[in-house]
Amino acid sequence: MNFLLTHAPILIIALPLLGAFLTPLISRLHPKMRNIFVLTILIFTGFLTMLLTRDVLANGIRVYVLGAAPSTLTVPTGSIMPVRIILETDALSVLMAMISVSLAFVSALYSSKFMENRTGLDKYYTLLLLLLAGMLGMELTGDLFNLFVFLEITSISGCALVAFYTDRGESAEAAFKYMLIGTVGALFVLFAVALLYGEYDALNIGYLASKIQYSFLDKIALVLLVGAFAMKAGSVPMHMWKPDAYGEAPASVVIMLVTSSLASLYALLRVCFTLYGNVLNTAVVGWIIIVLGVLSIFVGVTMALVQNKFSRLIGYTAVAEIGYMLLGVGVGLASLTNGSIEDYGLKAVQGGLFHIMNDALDLGLLFLVAGAVFYSTGKSDLNKLGGLAHNMKYTTIFFMIGLAAVSGLPPMNGFASKLIIYETSYQLEPLGPILSIIAILSSILMLAVFVKVFHSAFLGPKLKEYENVKDAPRSMLIAMGILAVFIIIFGLFPDTVINTIIKPAANALIDYQGYIDKIMGGV
Amino acid sequence: MFGKLSNMDFHVISQQKPFWLLSLGTLETTAGYWNAVVFVIAFVVIALVVYIIRAFGEKTYKKGSEQTKPFLSGNPEPEKEKVHVRADNLFWGFTEALKDYYTPAVRGHTGIVNDYVYWFVIVLAGLFIIIGVGT
Repeated sequence: MNFLLTHAPILIIALPLLGAFLTPLISRLHPKMRNIFVLTILIFTGFLTMLLTRDVLANGIRVYVLGAAPSTLTVPTGSIMPVRIILETDALSVLMAMISVSLAFVSALYSSKFMENRTGLDKYYTLLLLLLAGMLGMELTGDLFNLFVFLEITSISGCALVAFYTDRGESAEAAFKYMLIGTVGALFVLFAVALLYGEYDALNIGYLASKIQYSFLDKIALVLLVGAFAMKAGSVPMHMWKPDAYGEAPASVVIMLVTSSLASLYALLRVCFTLYGNVLNTAVVGWIIIVLGVLSIFVGVTMALVQNKFSRLIGYTAVAEIGYMLLGVGVGLASLTNGSIEDYGLKAVQGGLFHIMNDALDLGLLFLVAGAVFYSTGKSDLNKLGGLAHNMKYTTIFFMIGLAAVSGLPPMNGFASKLIIYETSYQLEPLGPILSIIAILSSILMLAVFVKVFHSAFLGPKLKEYENVKDAPRSMLIAMGILAVFIIIFGLFPDTVINTIIKPAANALIDYQGYIDKIMGGV
Repeated sequence: MFGKLSNMDFHVISQQKPFWLLSLGTLETTAGYWNAVVFVIAFVVIALVVYIIRAFGEKTYKKGSEQTKPFLSGNPEPEKEKVHVRADNLFWGFTEALKDYYTPAVRGHTGIVNDYVYWFVIVLAGLFIIIGVGT
């Protein structure tokens, strides 16, 4: 057990990576064996992530130096700076890793039936595991260049998965857009990394954070990093790729794409709070993030209202949901300037981080419901659907849970995190109340969006064309059920979730000095 | 289920025996607090009261009889399949009233990938002016 715990950070990345390349081989033996293998890999990765989470929550930040003995030797003897690849995991990293692994497990479980009749599933599962490895790498690494490499892995595998329905031209088009946006974003990240490397001769985030001067070049690097990660997270006005990709990818892939966006959001937070934490003009950058957040909320939800394709509509609400997270952390960042971090800033960050977790669950459930409807009816056009509640009872119940959660209706989890964001953003001077009002009204509008879906797809008389439609298969229902159970539990006991994992994650995000000290040690 | 209460007040109240439930699942939100468990209990109690009141309702109600059919100004009721309001028609009034917003907003979402990159460049330029030059 000690061995596992010691090497957990690298094993968490290596397991799905290795599993990805073994999957095509095992697939040749038997498809069922391949499915079991993938689920086993995910369960074991989840177990390791839980081990690491427990350790990080109990003992603080963990570092893992590749190629060093011992694996905690960040700065080699005789050197004044870290030179090896270092994984640095704090409470925020493990929170994100937990979200990624859990959603990947649900996705694989759902896929076993949802993708059953498709060909090329060996490649599908390989890409799914690669996507997970990329996300986990982004979340656990303490190295800026590795962040870029893992970002590329998520982009490439995500792009291939978006194009998985190769028989449809729309999927190929969506994948092309996803690839182009991913490549442009990653190129700018690489450019920023090169600028910082040229200036400081280092790639380690902790070391760079300790040395960064906020020079003109540093500011350019910051602009490139914020812009690229905000685009990858799907913030308005760089959000347009999101509904395209989410609308065309298989539902089981979309929930992985949701977590991949969240990994980019994590990178954005890491850049603002940790890499530049020492020198950042928090008021300016905080307000930039707030403005991006509010725009995302408003545009995302209003555009969702006029969509008629189920998954595309949820794609627009995903844009709005990213906005709520940006609003929460933006308020936290801005509050650092006016000294209100203790009063409400930290709580705002907690609200934003709690919403990351809730968003993954709520949107994940809704995308799976959209997939189940497509699986049973073969349609995703809301104008052609109707009366499905007669035949798809369980799916309808899951949709209602997802609807209530994402719209912020009590007692679901979405309400708890949104309430924190409303209350804390209200206190930010000078425009706090306006931010809060926009967020609340948009949440009400989000309810209207999903009421539209509920009415047009599930309510109404049983339509003749769907008379013989059956509910989703058991494995798909179980996958949806897992998310629904977590939504309800997190909604009923939000304090437990916040005190256990969200509060330490928010503290870790703000404590850039702790992050630096863990790397630099006594140097 | 949420309102203004200082942390001190809350802790004092929740430590008293009859109010132990308040501390179960209670989330402090800087300006107040929120307890979903109490909300659910209140919901169940209210639903029960509503059900009891409903039980005192009209006894002559007969399900499936003439009295339960919709009255459409004397016109015959159309087939149920034909009265289902489709997604396109929902919130028509809302989008029509906000036409000045929706027309450019929908037109702006061109679906052309070049435009996506233009927006990225515009945002980068804006960020550069604010962060790179302005601060």
